[in-house]
Amino acid sequence: MEALVVRGVTKQYTNHTALDKVDITVPEKSIFGLLGPNGAGKTTLIRIINQIINADSGSITLFGKPLNADHVGVIGYLPEERGLYKKMKVGDQLIYFAQLKGLSRSEAIAKIKIWVEKFEIKDWLNKKVEDLSKGMAQKVQFISTVMHEPRLIILDEPFSGFDPVNAQLITQEILDLKKKGCTIIFSTHRMETVEDLCDDIALINKSQKILEGTKKQVKDQYKTNTFLVEHRGPFSLDGSSYELVSQHDLEEGLLKSTIKMNGTAKPNDLIGELIRRTEVSSFQEKIPSMSEIFISLVKGESHE
Amino acid sequence: MNKIWLVIQREFLSRVQKKSFLIATIVIPLIFPAIIGILVYVSKQSEKGASKKVIHYVDESKIFTPDTAKYSFKEFHGSLSDAKTAFDNSKDFGLLYIPAIELSKPKGITLYTESSPGFDDLGNIEQLLANQIKDLKMRKLNIDQKMLDSLKTSVTIETITGKGAEQKASNTGLLAGLGMTCGILMYMFIFIYGAQIMQGVIEEKSSKVIEVIVSSVKPFQLMMGKVLGLASVGILQFSIWMILMFTLTVVVLGSLGIDPPQQQVIQQMGGEAAIQQAASNSDFINGLNEARDLPWFYIISIFLFYFLGGYLIYGALFAAVGSAVDSPAEAQQFMFPITIPLLISYMSLFLFVLKDHDSAVSVWLSIIPFTSPIAMMGRIGFGVPLWQLALSMILLIGGFIFTIWVAGRVYRVGILMHGSKVNYKVLAKWFMQRG
Repeated sequence: MEALVVRGVTKQYTNHTALDKVDITVPEKSIFGLLGPNGAGKTTLIRIINQIINADSGSITLFGKPLNADHVGVIGYLPEERGLYKKMKVGDQLIYFAQLKGLSRSEAIAKIKIWVEKFEIKDWLNKKVEDLSKGMAQKVQFISTVMHEPRLIILDEPFSGFDPVNAQLITQEILDLKKKGCTIIFSTHRMETVEDLCDDIALINKSQKILEGTKKQVKDQYKTNTFLVEHRGPFSLDGSSYELVSQHDLEEGLLKSTIKMNGTAKPNDLIGELIRRTEVSSFQEKIPSMSEIFISLVKGESHE
Repeated sequence: MNKIWLVIQREFLSRVQKKSFLIATIVIPLIFPAIIGILVYVSKQSEKGASKKVIHYVDESKIFTPDTAKYSFKEFHGSLSDAKTAFDNSKDFGLLYIPAIELSKPKGITLYTESSPGFDDLGNIEQLLANQIKDLKMRKLNIDQKMLDSLKTSVTIETITGKGAEQKASNTGLLAGLGMTCGILMYMFIFIYGAQIMQGVIEEKSSKVIEVIVSSVKPFQLMMGKVLGLASVGILQFSIWMILMFTLTVVVLGSLGIDPPQQQVIQQMGGEAAIQQAASNSDFINGLNEARDLPWFYIISIFLFYFLGGYLIYGALFAAVGSAVDSPAEAQQFMFPITIPLLISYMSLFLFVLKDHDSAVSVWLSIIPFTSPIAMMGRIGFGVPLWQLALSMILLIGGFIFTIWVAGRVYRVGILMHGSKVNYKVLAKWFMQRG
């Protein structure tokens, strides 16, 4: 089943269109990367899913049901612009947030107990947020997002402002949550996060979705049939099947060549060709990184 | 609904549990009586302690009889220039020169002092001379004091309001005082609590907790919860003040009976003065009795209604302003249109309502929703016709529903905006924007 299905969602403001007929499908129990440059419309889409604002048209289905008020408790949302009540005690604050998500007071207290023990922050419950360090506050913030056991967790730039230790901790928690059956949507432009964590991605640029699929599908789609070869002794290629894009020296007599394959040739054919000309020490297909795909797509769009 | 209730609870508890709330609630009702008490005490002490001012005088008309109640007078026999020299060498207050004058046209009376005399001193001395000249004239005309006293008549008009069986005695001064107190209280409450709403909203924006909250609560629910939560704090504070002041008044009056210093004064002063004092004293007691007989329950109920209504109107607007800005300093530019109607109603309270509570201006001010909370409080003690009260209340309810709707539309957009430059045009755009 799909966790989230967005169909034809459009949101218009007076001077610009924030979202233009966007379709997105997020499979259940996966980590989904919602990518796009600043101002592309990611946050607008997330706010619509969170029912903070309404779409002008289009439909949204969450776990098989049209989006409705009861879904507030199903979603855990960590916005990019986030914070806590500074003058409120950590414990009271967590209870308040949990109650707003529909938990009873006693349920909230029970859940909070589990999380503070897990994060070893039991002593902080009676402290005011303004007395916490930034890292401590980040942990509290994360607990407030996930303590009501949401089935869908939406994290908008989750690692911005997190120190590496906390980022590592949170990453581990996210993977655990996925194992427990949660669906997680990341909105980010940090490509390393996407490479490491995401199963599926969608790319939004200028209010429109321009790319969607599993990470492998996307990479396959943007492969250029280019291969990296390390070898001893220079060579040259002729004919139209292969094109030597570049060749340069590495250390100790090794050279590195980039070869682009045209037409219907198979990698094995290329290896056959190479063995006849030089001593091959490594052979590898050049798979584009998410970052490269992102940049080429976004730049390509803006050149139109 | 349940969520509004949660927000109300948070807003209420987070404020009531603060030390500053406790202090303000308990101390403020004590502060005003305390300040008045201290001022009275200090002025009494300084009167007692200060020695009388010494005034030299040269009386060429032979009309002046020194009256030593307030000043001590030293007569100087000799010419004015000698008197001046003697006065210059002394450290005394002044030199009064009374040349030979005609009683009908006293001219040329001069007071020499080192520094300009105060209003009080000049007035006292002028009064003293005027009285003495008046006595002399009366003697000339063969009018004696008894005759004069018998001419004096004290008139006090009692006012009875209502028609037929509902007639009751009223005390205009008391009612005006009540109207003024209630009006000022209303103004302060609306302002203080309205500003607190704004601060709360700005705090949520600047600590960036707002988006976390609105993913669980509709912005309108959050705004209403905030406004109502603070209203309940206000009502709690008001109730505590009322109870404290009531208890204090009862305790103080009960333990003192009639104010003892005034009794002593009556004994010290003889004759006419004592009678006057006694009369004013019984006025005081009458006033207290009348105050006790006022329909307090009715007045307090009306006060609470108008507090809630006025506060909701202005509170919603304050919330909208808070949502539009990132810091209290930026809020200044939008405060103007909110404070103007409040200030107008506050000033009208003194200019129109308390002067003539039944004039057309007063009536309309007490009916228009933005000014009615304060203006109506100025009129309420005097008795307001039912139709005016009903119309005013209905319009107030309509008014706050309207302002809350307007404010809500600005608020839902404003709270999610950070760092954008906001002016009235932008606010209008937010208002028009679809959900």
